[in-house]
Amino acid sequence: MNPALQGLITIIIGVGGCVGYFYGANLFLDKVLFKAEGPNAGRNINRANQIRPWLFLMPALLALGLYLAYPVFATLRLSFLERLPGNEYAFVGFDNYTQMFAEPKFMEALRNNVLWLVVVPAAATGFGLLAAQLTDRLSWGNIAKSIVFMPMAISFVGAAVIFKLIYEARPEDVAQIGILNHLYLTFGGDAPVQWLQVPFWNNFFLMAVLIWIQTGFAMVILSAALRGIPEETVEAAIIDGANPFQIFFKIKIPQIMSTIVVVWTTITIATLKVFDIVFAMTNGQWETQVLANYMYDKLFRANDWGMGSASAMIIMLMVTPILVWNVHNARKEMK
Amino acid sequence: MADLLLTDVAKTYGGTVDVLKNINLDIKQGELIVFVGPSGCGKSTLLRMIAGLEKITGGELQIDGQVVNDVPPAQRGIAMVFQSYALYPHMTVRDNMSFALKLAKKTPAEIDEAVGRAAKILQLDEYLDRLPKALSGGQRQRVAIGRSIVRDPKVYLFDEPLSNLDAALRVATRIEIAQLKESMPESTMIYVTHDQVEAMTLATRIVVLANKGIAQVGSPLELYERPENEFVAQFIGSPSMNLLSGEIVETGEQTTVKLDAGGLAKSAVPTNASDMGLKVNIGIRPEDMLETSGDDYAFEGKVNITEALGEVTLLYFDKVGDNEAVIGKLPGIHADLRGKSVRMAAAPDKVQIFHNGQSLYYR
Repeated sequence: MNPALQGLITIIIGVGGCVGYFYGANLFLDKVLFKAEGPNAGRNINRANQIRPWLFLMPALLALGLYLAYPVFATLRLSFLERLPGNEYAFVGFDNYTQMFAEPKFMEALRNNVLWLVVVPAAATGFGLLAAQLTDRLSWGNIAKSIVFMPMAISFVGAAVIFKLIYEARPEDVAQIGILNHLYLTFGGDAPVQWLQVPFWNNFFLMAVLIWIQTGFAMVILSAALRGIPEETVEAAIIDGANPFQIFFKIKIPQIMSTIVVVWTTITIATLKVFDIVFAMTNGQWETQVLANYMYDKLFRANDWGMGSASAMIIMLMVTPILVWNVHNARKEMK
Repeated sequence: MADLLLTDVAKTYGGTVDVLKNINLDIKQGELIVFVGPSGCGKSTLLRMIAGLEKITGGELQIDGQVVNDVPPAQRGIAMVFQSYALYPHMTVRDNMSFALKLAKKTPAEIDEAVGRAAKILQLDEYLDRLPKALSGGQRQRVAIGRSIVRDPKVYLFDEPLSNLDAALRVATRIEIAQLKESMPESTMIYVTHDQVEAMTLATRIVVLANKGIAQVGSPLELYERPENEFVAQFIGSPSMNLLSGEIVETGEQTTVKLDAGGLAKSAVPTNASDMGLKVNIGIRPEDMLETSGDDYAFEGKVNITEALGEVTLLYFDKVGDNEAVIGKLPGIHADLRGKSVRMAAAPDKVQIFHNGQSLYYR
């Protein structure tokens, strides 16, 4: 069968199944289980309404449980085991963890992740806020916003490929196709540089990709928040004698602080999980390793399930508090 | 604490849409000027032009003899109270009131003194460390006023400050504003409202805006007793003034108008002999209409509906001729008048005469 046709059929079955489930379950609840008629009509309606949310949530709960909750516990278990030849497992306690923390490559990944964690959310939120504020009053602001937002539509791997070309270095005697080296040579550089092989700073060249992508996200959310600020508070500040900078930093920013926090933490979570960019551009060489790529290395290249799972648990431990805080802030803002 | 002089002030949007034109106004120090007018008449725009939030596209605005057309708002010496209060939600009451002073680089001692004094006047002492969201509507409005007071401005601007309050609070806050004005007799205030009661009770002078310009400027009772034109006559007072068409049949110290619908009205407005036969509208306020049984009535009609408010009874007459339906307001309770034909008259000094919409009193 043609793959396109197969895809179409899958979509129809999937969407139809969803609609069918909700419609059918609802019908069953109202018409068979608790009929809204007879002497107990009122009681039945109340009961049906108590069950309905669970009925509707069930597919999601099952899917999340199977694909998210179960793997967490399975990974936790694996992180305390060692795989022996012949598909056997031995309990080794925290050995995987101690071994991992002793490894320089892991400490490098941990350090780089912290670096990413500090730089990327700050830069993406900052640039996003700047773009949101600067495009707000322009007649062509919406076009500018669309352009800034566009990288959001590009996959991490695609973006990595684009930036790899930007950082590309060719021998000195041929034309440079990497725009960074071209600019570098034009403005007085001696020889083309392999940017991705310059330790420590190459981390920032990788971060640029994620910042480039996430700035659009931050801009869209913050732009909406900025527009939600009552115009009168700004006018009152003008009359009070505030200059544009004071209006921005003392009136506008404090009023959208909760949104900034949500954007910041959302990008932080995306940053903690960063994998594709590093995988596609350096694969952790030249001191650019990050936790997710380290995990992939252990799990699927070295086939060391124990240490791979242990590193996965470390990532989860780092994400969880930020995630909780993010959800807390998002809920607070919705009130 | 200043005089304001508006000379031919105009506002045009995009060079084509006139919003306001030929606004000439001389506001003296210590006056409380109220701008009223139907919605969309540009009263808020005019206030915002004085504040500097809207550009003045024509004419000249002087504050204390200095042209301020291009002076930024903060340097005009004005303070503004917004309809929505416009408090900074992330700042405490104290910070809200001291924000302008901090920007003006005043010393902490000066700031404390100014905030303390304003808080005392407005009874906000207990709330200084609260955020605006923890205050009631009336308290928020007081903070907004306090934010103005601490700056000790030359001119206070109020943009419909009571519109967001409920009826009871509105009356209370209105009286507070009146008391505030009394305690600061030197300060000049400009107040925008669509509420006639606020205008009548607070104003030194009322400016009625209509048709992109000023319809009349005068003290509240001048506007009530001697409206310059039919617009002001019908805008001030509730229910609005009755207009009846007719023709002048007797001139002199007093004028007699024979009405198209039948009656005869005597007015204290003097006319010249040349006015004989002039087509005019006479205006009588509902509350000035008196029930009469004699033959010298101004209006006779059948009462369609009565509304008994206790202290007064409103009579809604059937439409007669081309005139708008007449409304009468009689003191006391008159439940028995519904469906009956009633004759109404008015004292001569309560009868206005308008020709082409303008009052003959002012020619």
